[in-house]
Amino acid sequence: SSGINAEWPLRPGEHDGANVNPATLNTVTAATKLGGSVHAIVAGDSCVEAGNNTAKIPGIEKVFVAESPALKGQIAESVVQVLLDIQSKNNYTHILANGTVFGKNILPRMGAKLDVAPISDIIGVESDSTFVRTIYAGNAIQTVESSDPVKLITVRGTAFEASPADGGSAATENVSSDINNDKSEYIEAKLSKSDRPELASANIVISGGRGLKNGENFEMLYELADKMGAAVGASRAAVDAGYVPSDLQVGQTGKMVAPDLYIAVGISGAIQHLAGMKDSKTIVAINKDAEAPIFQVSDIGLVDDLFKAVPEMIAGIEQQ
Amino acid sequence: SSGINAEWPLRPGVKVRVRPDQLGVVTDGVKHSMNPFDENAVEEAVRMKQKKIVKEIIAVSCGPTQSQETIRTALAMGADRGIHVEVPKGTEADLQPLAVAKIFAKLIEKEQPDVVILGKQAIDDDANQTTQLLAGLVDWPQGTMASALEHSDGQLKITREIDGGLEDIKVKLPAIISADLRLNEPRYATLPNIMKAKKKKIEKLSPGDLGVDIAPRLTVKKVVDPPVRQAGDKVPDVATLLDKLKKKKVPTATLR
Repeated sequence: SSGINAEWPLRPGEHDGANVNPATLNTVTAATKLGGSVHAIVAGDSCVEAGNNTAKIPGIEKVFVAESPALKGQIAESVVQVLLDIQSKNNYTHILANGTVFGKNILPRMGAKLDVAPISDIIGVESDSTFVRTIYAGNAIQTVESSDPVKLITVRGTAFEASPADGGSAATENVSSDINNDKSEYIEAKLSKSDRPELASANIVISGGRGLKNGENFEMLYELADKMGAAVGASRAAVDAGYVPSDLQVGQTGKMVAPDLYIAVGISGAIQHLAGMKDSKTIVAINKDAEAPIFQVSDIGLVDDLFKAVPEMIAGIEQQ
Repeated sequence: SSGINAEWPLRPGVKVRVRPDQLGVVTDGVKHSMNPFDENAVEEAVRMKQKKIVKEIIAVSCGPTQSQETIRTALAMGADRGIHVEVPKGTEADLQPLAVAKIFAKLIEKEQPDVVILGKQAIDDDANQTTQLLAGLVDWPQGTMASALEHSDGQLKITREIDGGLEDIKVKLPAIISADLRLNEPRYATLPNIMKAKKKKIEKLSPGDLGVDIAPRLTVKKVVDPPVRQAGDKVPDVATLLDKLKKKKVPTATLR
């Protein structure tokens, strides 16, 4: 049977400890492919509501709710102690976490404690011991087999269908573990505030690159995004240059997205960026350089000055 | 003192080719270089020494003979000495994060550093695990995806890049850190420093010397090319673009 760690909510403004990261729905799908029963674990300093929301996900049979001040910010050193406690009592064969910064931060630390080799960012399940993942920024696809008694896996959300968020009725169980952590302390989060859809799970993503020239110019992408109900992303170059905050970064070392529609504006299309979006259903590229590598993967390409094209798009949509 | 891991993947931008036997990627004759995140790690260590937070920097690389080059680069950037944990050429793809972490755990016992900084992920296997594994093995606090570090009184305040933005945590030393790209701007090694680096010591060890079993836990069954994406058409103007999108029935409330 498998256990999954469900995440802290991502967005400020919603109730803290209430909503679960949408990526969890994709991880649940991956977990159900393994067969056997699926349990979930929600940890934090205030997460009873998150536990209740996790219990609504069909496919989950039980949700452990670990609430303690020591788990504030879900600091890795404390969360892993709780996970180990639950694992020692339940002996899961597979433990999965979202392939997000959160999941990647926690799962390998647990791997060390269990002496198990974690498997990062899977995109496929071939059997209960064989998994598929990408290497070299998605330039090669690797199938690996683990012979460890417990498989520790982080799941790339874009590779699995999201399970429904409602309809299930798992039992919830409070757990109180002994947590001894005097080595680390959570201070605070500085989250980007936005009413737009979650970047990693949005149907439409509009991303800007270095071609935008500055942060102010991203305003027109935000405007276009709001007209289309889209999320806004960015290339690493735009983030490095300080145009937008780091959580917008799409790419090998940022977020992986696979929306129905990805519009790349002023993005040249470096391999590292493609790694983060080439599984999108439809890719549109707008770039004034006809030779930009992005046009090699785009389904629809427009060679044009983005400062002319984007306002035209906004106007064109408004006219509908 | 602080230790850093310098890795030796293929140079970014090099075209990756799957091997005909479908068990890996071609690396023979292909240019390698220090993993970009490890450059950030080395740079941060050098800055910590300049600020007198640490007294000595040890650069570590685990890999075949050629991976010594990354140690030389680290020494030229300002590390004081190096440790090369050598594995036979051709077996480096089998050296997985858990094994590397165990090697580092032994080096920690040997060298007693106060800070260990690694790059957040290697751009070849994209695993993003070694820092967390090592921290778990030695039970030290971890600061992954670090984009800023501030030292005071045996503690580090770490700003981390997380899914929704940034997060600040505080850890007591000794600690393990993984460097993210925006932690700093790595310096170029100057020619005089490259020459000076030739005199700095690199200790050579084997995993056996450290008592570490590096046998891979994950067996690679297959490595294949990803599906190829064909380029589509170009459109002459925005009106045509919007028209095409409407026809594709992209689920959006506004494109009717």
